[in-house]
Amino acid sequence: MRYVTRRVGLFVITLWAALTVNFIIPRVMPGNEASAVLATFRGVNPAALHALQIEFGVNVHQNLIITYLQYIANCFTGQFGLTAQRVPVLTEIVGKLPWTLALVGVTTIIAFAIGTLVGVMSAWRRGGRLDGILPPMLFIVATFPVFFVGLLLLFVFAVTLNWLPLSSNYSIGATPSLSPAFIGDVLTHALLPGLSLVIVTAGLWIYSMRNNMITTLAEDYVKMGRAKGLPSWRIMTDYAARNAILPNLTGFAMQLGYVLGGSILVEYTFSYPGLGYLFYTSTTDHDLPLMQALFLVYTLAVLVCVLLADFLTAGLDPRTRDA
Amino acid sequence: MPEPLLEVDNLSVSYLTDTADIGAVDRVSLTVHAGEFLGIVGESGCGKSTLLFAIAQLLTPPAEITSGRVVFKGQDLVQLTDGELRHVRWRDYSVVMQSAMNALNPMKSIAAQFKDTMRAHGRMSADAIRTRSTEVLHLVGIDAAHLDSYPHQLSGGMRQRAMIAMALLFTPQLVIMDEPTSALDVVAQRSLMTQIKELQQQFGFAVIFVTHDMSVVAHYSDRVMVMYAGQVAEIGATSSIFERPLHPYSKGLLDAFPSVHGPRRALTGIPGSPPDLGRPPSGCRFHPRCSEAMAQCTTSEPDLYIVGETEVRCLLYAERLRDAV
Amino acid sequence: MQAILRNRKATAGGLILLLIVFVAAFPGLVGRDDPQAAIYGQDLGPSWQHLLGTTQLGQDVFSQLIWGTRLTLIVTVVVSAIATVISMVIGVTAAYVGGLTDRSLSLLTDIFLILPTLPLLIVLASYLPPGTVTLIVVLTFTSWAFQARQLRSQGLSLRARDFLAAARVRGERTSYIILVEIIPTMTSLIVASFLGLSVFVVGFAAGLQFLGLGNSTEITWGTMLYYAQQGGALEAGNALWALAPGAAVALLGAGFALVNYAFDEIGNPALRPVRKRRARTTA
Repeated sequence: MRYVTRRVGLFVITLWAALTVNFIIPRVMPGNEASAVLATFRGVNPAALHALQIEFGVNVHQNLIITYLQYIANCFTGQFGLTAQRVPVLTEIVGKLPWTLALVGVTTIIAFAIGTLVGVMSAWRRGGRLDGILPPMLFIVATFPVFFVGLLLLFVFAVTLNWLPLSSNYSIGATPSLSPAFIGDVLTHALLPGLSLVIVTAGLWIYSMRNNMITTLAEDYVKMGRAKGLPSWRIMTDYAARNAILPNLTGFAMQLGYVLGGSILVEYTFSYPGLGYLFYTSTTDHDLPLMQALFLVYTLAVLVCVLLADFLTAGLDPRTRDA
Repeated sequence: MPEPLLEVDNLSVSYLTDTADIGAVDRVSLTVHAGEFLGIVGESGCGKSTLLFAIAQLLTPPAEITSGRVVFKGQDLVQLTDGELRHVRWRDYSVVMQSAMNALNPMKSIAAQFKDTMRAHGRMSADAIRTRSTEVLHLVGIDAAHLDSYPHQLSGGMRQRAMIAMALLFTPQLVIMDEPTSALDVVAQRSLMTQIKELQQQFGFAVIFVTHDMSVVAHYSDRVMVMYAGQVAEIGATSSIFERPLHPYSKGLLDAFPSVHGPRRALTGIPGSPPDLGRPPSGCRFHPRCSEAMAQCTTSEPDLYIVGETEVRCLLYAERLRDAV
Repeated sequence: MQAILRNRKATAGGLILLLIVFVAAFPGLVGRDDPQAAIYGQDLGPSWQHLLGTTQLGQDVFSQLIWGTRLTLIVTVVVSAIATVISMVIGVTAAYVGGLTDRSLSLLTDIFLILPTLPLLIVLASYLPPGTVTLIVVLTFTSWAFQARQLRSQGLSLRARDFLAAARVRGERTSYIILVEIIPTMTSLIVASFLGLSVFVVGFAAGLQFLGLGNSTEITWGTMLYYAQQGGALEAGNALWALAPGAAVALLGAGFALVNYAFDEIGNPALRPVRKRRARTTA
């Protein structure tokens, strides 16, 4: 129980830290945010300027603490302000969320499955010429910048071979629906971005899973399993893999932040209009409310996954259950 | 003389690395008869644990048996395939490791670990499994209520006993133990050893017991093998070795331990440190630290010479050559 | 040392890094043109005058790649070095001092580890004025936590060692002990941390610049990628402009990764390739 409490505590504190980062930075950094936006408007009257200042929370007439608390309350109720196009930030985010969720969700699951299986197997079957070459190669592929993989795939499949589309999430002019034709269209558009993500993420997970597995295989209880005459597959799963994966679940969940970062770059590379691409456009538009809200969304995503992993560990690992 | 239960014949084990081959065990031979308690003593790094795991066929790369035979109940274990070995494992011989905290799977309950062992060796009903698990736990003085506990929930002594209980699931004829008492305090040590000896008397299994602690070996073993730098230094009946140690190393080991009963005397250690097995000394491996070294000890490697009932690897006894058996 | 030279991966990685460092130090020897000069034909394909073609504005891609090496490498090394130092100080202090200091520093580390790096980088880089200094600052700010945990673990295991007890008994101050006794012992781990971190710093730096948040006025591999993407290089058929800097980034990352991998292997013998002899001694 104490373990769970500690992890929930970490969740809350990190979330608070993210919120505070969002709050502090515009007030500390050079350049007042309202004036940055205002630079795009000319001849604004003082009343409108004041309204804008309130909206951005740069209310010079209010106590800082109260502004801070109000800001936090606003975040919890989803009031993130308006984008540069005068659309509620929340609406914008909710609209683009499914695209990113689908892309990242599917690729992460696939990458985790591949990573675990290949990592475990490659650690189990040591020896042979492959053992010296394959792991470092995988490691290197995992360190390839994800946008390079994306550009390469684009070059080969979209530009040269013309098999797959160059950008976006569905063809121009197609109307969203649940028809097979549309879904097929979506899938062909999502294939290359998804592939880029899977390649890099799986590479990373294979590498860490393999290392964990190798360390676990050196443990005495695995030797014991052999000594008892247990069948190989049982040693591999019950004694090795389980002890390699379970205590490291939280670690894997924390790598999600890296995966999400990669998804932002992938969306930019492929002009895939999800949250990542939105993040990019918010920087070119100097759209601060949107940028801040997106930062929170990404942070929250990682925090939630880490907490889920913590709960899973607490439930399945007998040592943490008692901690 | 009945057939020995276990006959290790000229066993050698090396660590094969990219850069060099390191010989950890060099042509070790020993025999164990049914019901016998053989103690193997030596300093850290002398190869005794490696020898043990080699006998039990539990080596992992880069360690490998490079030559020799391990004949157990008439079969050379070294030549068996994994599948054939699996039939023999645990049923005919079992292993007890040094630290139960590391040797027991932290994610499985004691009952589960007993169960998977029994399941691996034949069909037993859930009831039968439960009954047998309870039985072996009682043998070592653990209440059956702890069956569903996890290793981290038991005390150190209990964990060690649980390991011994697990080793007795099929009442094997040989139990190999690698320093099972080293991780315990003196009191727990004593009680565990007594327990092991009682069980041995009750069930008649043979024991190979590796330790660096001479005192443990003195009380409980029938025969003792002293190992140095991967080789057998001396092997014989416990009483002989303790009363009249032949090898200078054995003498040094015994001199380092005070006797509770005997007269007070100054303790002496053995000067120097164990050799690097990658580059062992020429001739007799012990000569750099030996107080009785002679000129030829730096050049000739001693064989095992027979002195009465004991075999000793020392040129001091070279007139009496070992019989080729 | 011997082990490093004999390890194939370390040699390969080392060669790559040496090559890149050489190009960074002496760009004039390899490239000849002014990378900024937009005097050539636009979007030209590869030829002997322009090994990698030209950009949309008529700049020589190969020259840009060569001249951009220096800044790319400088940013990477500076960030990794500073971050490793911070990481080390925090990790070892937490390990050695223990108690509340340890808990607070560990909490701080955990927070930085969980916060998603690229989103944080984007937010920070957007607020600060664009430029190389900003790039270095934000990258360092987000990277120091990566290795802090490992360094702390190492510090913990060293804490109980005898030579430290001797220093304490001599009456040395805690800061002295940390700086003069503990840290030099951890040299190989520190070097390994630096290398491991560099692998990711290369990627993050390039990623930030790719998005246009960094120092777009300077020429680095990352900014080349930005302009290539903005200029629609792939669609326009000028694939080399887009792919070359990406490949260079991958190469640099690979160089660090190889050397780091070799370090891992040397430090942990269990990871080394296994010579398969007889099937039986494996599981």
